[in-house]
Amino acid sequence: MVSEHSDAAGDNTALALKILVAGGFGVGKTTLVGAVSEIRPLRTEELLSEAGQLVDDTDGVDHKVTTTVAMDFGRITIRSGLSLYLFGTPGQDRFWFLWDELAQGALGAVVLADTRRLEDCFPAVDYFEHRRIPFVVAVNCFAGARTYGAHDVSRALDLDRGTPVVLCDARDRDSGKEVLIRLVEYAGRMHTARLLDSVG
Amino acid sequence: MTENATGGPREPGSQWYDGEAGPLVRPYALTGGRTQPGPAGVRFDLIALVSLEPAAPDLDGIALGPEHRTLIGLCRTETQSVAELAADADLPVGVIRVLLGDLLEIGCVTVSRPVPPAHLPDERILREVIEGLRAL
Repeated sequence: MVSEHSDAAGDNTALALKILVAGGFGVGKTTLVGAVSEIRPLRTEELLSEAGQLVDDTDGVDHKVTTTVAMDFGRITIRSGLSLYLFGTPGQDRFWFLWDELAQGALGAVVLADTRRLEDCFPAVDYFEHRRIPFVVAVNCFAGARTYGAHDVSRALDLDRGTPVVLCDARDRDSGKEVLIRLVEYAGRMHTARLLDSVG
Repeated sequence: MTENATGGPREPGSQWYDGEAGPLVRPYALTGGRTQPGPAGVRFDLIALVSLEPAAPDLDGIALGPEHRTLIGLCRTETQSVAELAADADLPVGVIRVLLGDLLEIGCVTVSRPVPPAHLPDERILREVIEGLRAL
């Protein structure tokens, strides 16, 4: 095998970072991506053969169903050679295997929550907790919904201590920026803590 | 608008389709049925960055499909992520990966590897990101 790691990251190599935006259907993931992105949210599509995921090729041929899964994403250029990509995760639970690929190498995640149906974001919270991917919970404050404090939400979701909860308006650019800043700060703290742990 | 002008039954193959109808070629037909990118073991992350290889060979003698050339054209303007290429070329990510594998094999593009997660949040870079976000 040829070594594929030409990292040691020369400073002038372009670097892209990935942040996931997860949460239940209709909670405002694409809205948030659009609010902070410098490009209008783009859409990528992945064709998936559902049977092919689990079943052996020869077996699956007859009843392979191809599904299209769409992911919306946006971009923020920090400077030339350093950009941030935001991916809205597919809302449907059954496409979770796609998350594994998306989550690989992700800097962290934003879990968008709607207090009127908080349970919709349980799966996302579980997912990131299990994989130890740093995440913040951003409560999208929909007009007309009763507002809860960050602390209430944290308790209701039974979050690990230290997981930030931010109240936000997914349509608002500044609000979205704040959410991302909190996430990056938190990801940095988590990373430092892990480094210290590993040094022992 | 969809009515047949003559009012008679449509003959097979006589219909016209516009862009709304979606692609008339099945996506993986563009890759000759291949679903895995060429060079063994290569996996293009969605945010892997693709740029044109300055020392790329002359493409005149090489058999490339129009979709390959579309990708080259998109990279010519600026370095692009795999996700952006898929969105701009309006093709599924899986197809883009195969086409990029071809381009990589002939030495036409270079593809950056995403930083391995363990190395990821270099503190200096994270600070830069936070400052960059604040300045937006």
